[in-house]
Amino acid sequence: MKTFRIGGVHPAENKLSAAEPIIKAELPKVAVYPMGQHIGAPAKPIVQKGDKVKVGTMIAEAGGFVSAPIFSGVSGTVLKVDTVIDASGYAKPAVYITVEGDEWEEGIDRSEKLVTLKEKPELTPEVIVDKIKAAGIVGMGGACFPTHVKLCPPPGNTPQWVIINAVECEPYLTADHRLMLEKADQVLVGVDLLMKAGKVSKGFIGIEENKPDAIKLLSEKCAANYPNIEVVPLKTKYPQGGEKQLIDAVVRRQVPAPPALPVSVGAIVQNVGTAYAVYEAVMKNKPLFERVVTVTGKSLKYPRNFLARMGTPMSQLIDACGGLPEDTGKVIGGGPMMGKALVNIEVPICKGSSGVLIMNEKEARRGEEKTCIRCAKCVGACPMGLEPYLLATASAKQMWDKCLAEGIPSCIECGSCQFTCPSNRPLLDYIRVGKTTVIGIIHARKIAEGTKKNI
Amino acid sequence: MNKLIVSLSPHVHSGDSIAKNMYWVIIALVPALLCSFISFGVGAIITTAISVAACVFFEWAINKFCLKNPVNTVCDGSAILTGILLAFNMPSNIQPWIIIIGAFFAIAVVKMTFGGLGCNLFNPALAGRAFLLISFPVQMTTWPLPGQGFGAYLDAETGATPLAIMKQAFKDGDMSVLNQLPSFQDMLLGNTGGCLGEVCGLALLLGLVILLVKKVITWHIPVSILLTVVVFSGLLNLANPVYANPLAELLSGGLLLGAIFMATDYVTSPMSAKGQLVYGVAIGALTVIIRTYGAYPEGMSFAILIMNAFVPLINAKFKPTRFGEVPAKK
Repeated sequence: MKTFRIGGVHPAENKLSAAEPIIKAELPKVAVYPMGQHIGAPAKPIVQKGDKVKVGTMIAEAGGFVSAPIFSGVSGTVLKVDTVIDASGYAKPAVYITVEGDEWEEGIDRSEKLVTLKEKPELTPEVIVDKIKAAGIVGMGGACFPTHVKLCPPPGNTPQWVIINAVECEPYLTADHRLMLEKADQVLVGVDLLMKAGKVSKGFIGIEENKPDAIKLLSEKCAANYPNIEVVPLKTKYPQGGEKQLIDAVVRRQVPAPPALPVSVGAIVQNVGTAYAVYEAVMKNKPLFERVVTVTGKSLKYPRNFLARMGTPMSQLIDACGGLPEDTGKVIGGGPMMGKALVNIEVPICKGSSGVLIMNEKEARRGEEKTCIRCAKCVGACPMGLEPYLLATASAKQMWDKCLAEGIPSCIECGSCQFTCPSNRPLLDYIRVGKTTVIGIIHARKIAEGTKKNI
Repeated sequence: MNKLIVSLSPHVHSGDSIAKNMYWVIIALVPALLCSFISFGVGAIITTAISVAACVFFEWAINKFCLKNPVNTVCDGSAILTGILLAFNMPSNIQPWIIIIGAFFAIAVVKMTFGGLGCNLFNPALAGRAFLLISFPVQMTTWPLPGQGFGAYLDAETGATPLAIMKQAFKDGDMSVLNQLPSFQDMLLGNTGGCLGEVCGLALLLGLVILLVKKVITWHIPVSILLTVVVFSGLLNLANPVYANPLAELLSGGLLLGAIFMATDYVTSPMSAKGQLVYGVAIGALTVIIRTYGAYPEGMSFAILIMNAFVPLINAKFKPTRFGEVPAKK
């Protein structure tokens, strides 16, 4: 069975909510929309206090090419345009909307009827990309890179395949798994649309073998209706859901070091949740304002999967799972390997919120840091073939040139090194500092060179 | 509500720890210790016990009185491991005071002066053995014969080891000397003379299986050492049968003990898989060269110590294959 070829670790899967069907979350009283929900320029609010909005009304426009508009997931009145602390822990500009009823924009097709690409021959690649862009769709796996940008590769790159990331390698999370089981037909139409938009004739869906039901269901449906889409079962290993790792696992090609893009080896990678959102946007005219969120944790009474409107505070979803347990130590937005620890549980659900994970006090604490015994386990675990022990030390000693020479910009921050370290060393903490600094230095040097030329 | 803990990802840990690794190595050494007890009697146990006690005491005392460390590192099991390995590299009939000197050199000089666990350049147990071999050559090379009952200790009868026989054959150019070698079965089961931990090949291989299954070590170092020795000594044997056959080389002396337990010491071995292979091949080659052409019949410990010194260079030269460097494959 296929998997990526360098490094990797095997965290305990803990997919507690895998058997829980997706249920609709209740509407919040006040919905909050941070403007920076994606990679790139933040969106610009286009509503003011007192404005009436409906479900699906655009409340903020894209702030540039690499950006995405934001749509309201509720109907009601704009309460204020202020700031909110989002999952990153920083205060970001945000639109607050008081919820009144549940009135949808006209034009959104709310029927359950499946629309396939064959029924709509008028959809050209350009039309599909425009609809994706207009619907504010970004990568739903957590990285939130605007989807239309990926579908418009820079000149000189010809995509050959669309690879759908249905790996869900993060422990605990089951949102993608449930989506595949419950919305398989819609997801496949979405993949078909992405293939057409990317002008490629071959699609792959990478699924880890710990989801045999999803592999079976999608394989059967592909065999029946979509001969160009192939389901690729993958050996369970973290971080298979990393874009570069997935390409290596599925088509055996490795994307070179940054700034090379995945499309340079011919692959466009999209999350399975994104494929579903693309289906809804293109076929049902429904912009991105709700998503599947897994709310889970060992101490939680009822771990569940929700279809939640964006802007819903996480505390509301936690309450719907039996409330925040007494011994809670940490609440994580996302999965345990790459998710962000939240400063409070009022953080709203955003485009990239794949999960909310509750950890008890004991699980939440890091182990005592010990000296490095040079066991080389981090080197063996690194999926990018780097030497985390060396990068962490070089970064701690602020040896930025050494960091660069050792390839620190290639780090994907998957956390495999720190996960595996028997001495509990905060390797990734140091590497992040080094990576940010080094990338900053590279940018500054480029700007300086540009200035020199101009003089 | 209580305040939430905020830290950067990853939020989960494998649960691995230094102590876990050390204790698994110790468990992997138990079969060899039991075999040694069967071969050499109670002397094997006494020697090991003294060595462990001395190593642990020196580590504790240095932490407590010299370094005044608030956290004593003695609980991580590394001193116990050094103690066992040091004992495994000595004959079972050695006097206790020599063991204690060896333990002092290993822990105090080689390990703690460099900064303790993780900082030492050389394998402490091997450096201790080398120090004793040079300081007390007679006591360190008077090996008891196996099968003298469980009571055998200081008064055990002594005799030549397989390696000494091989060396003799080569020196005299007399192949008939090789006929005195014990059978392979005896060498596998530990029924020969030698250091107390090195004689039972089967028990050491069982230890290797434990270490590999528990993912304490990877295959690179032991396999590359053993393969190199077999190939190198096999070629010598083909060229001139006065060199012992490769299987005898493999099972004699400290080769298995060294390849499985000493060369794989985390602190003093290279970090990348490529580096580990280079290190293993070099150790294997050096061992055969020292065994055949050197002054000592045994070359394993010196080969490892020499290569320990090269580890920083190997680490600088042999980097892991980066992502993007593995070629595309159909």
